[in-house]
Amino acid sequence: MATIEISCVEVWREISNYLDEEISPETRERMEAHFKVCAHCTAVLDGTRNIVELVGDGRVFQMPDGLSKRLHKKIQNLP
Amino acid sequence: MSMTNSQARPGEAELIKSVCNGEREAFYELVRPYERMIYATAISVVKNPADAEEVAQEAVLKAFSNLASFHSESKFSTWLVQITYNEARMKLRKARPHLYDSIDEQQQGEEEEYRPKDYADWRPISSELLEQNEVRQALQNAISALSPPYREVLVLRDLQQLSIKETMSILGVSKATVKTRLHRARLVLRDCLAPGIDGSWIKGTPFRKVRAW
Repeated sequence: MATIEISCVEVWREISNYLDEEISPETRERMEAHFKVCAHCTAVLDGTRNIVELVGDGRVFQMPDGLSKRLHKKIQNLP
Repeated sequence: MSMTNSQARPGEAELIKSVCNGEREAFYELVRPYERMIYATAISVVKNPADAEEVAQEAVLKAFSNLASFHSESKFSTWLVQITYNEARMKLRKARPHLYDSIDEQQQGEEEEYRPKDYADWRPISSELLEQNEVRQALQNAISALSPPYREVLVLRDLQQLSIKETMSILGVSKATVKTRLHRARLVLRDCLAPGIDGSWIKGTPFRKVRAW
């Protein structure tokens, strides 16, 4: 394999860009080769991906009860 | 014309037209799908629910009175987030001017490398667990504990699912800044939530760390 090795520090630096597909194909390939052999960086990747999924779930911040009704009322009472 | 416009909810353009023709109820229909988004944006800035509700109300009123200035080439949802975000910042500035002074400036240490904690593995937190109050609360607390520049980017990108470009335009920062802040915010959240992955949020036992980097 002609893939140039990448260090853990370099991998962490790009974890977020990796998830957002904001890296070059070369860097992606190097990172993927690294994940195959480095359990620690894989744990960083898995955890970060998990966080992104949880935050994006939409259930994190629940609206207070009745807010929707109050907003509706506010709109109805507009001058 | 624009790509983003095609993502508008069906009927949105018609609703906007109706509102501009004086149909107030159409405005509620227009805003209703975004209530949660408005509230989440507000609370991510002002933090407490009462203030967030006030911001949400002010933002909705402002959106109503400025609807004529909304340009259909932008996304209605992004426009609403922008308004909410501005209202929330304004509220915070009024309430705590000193605390807020430094937010727009470069954060100290922002350029420093963030070293993620080393856990042996990551046991996934399933999104179904968000139904549990403890898990939701842990995530909310972790997001709230981020300093504002990081929290704002995370909320716009990961919670509201806005693009890098939209985030840049709402916050008025560069692409590199969006990426750096998002990166750190995600890693910090991971470190904050790791203690919970073996159920220790409930048990109160620390998560086993294998080694320091």
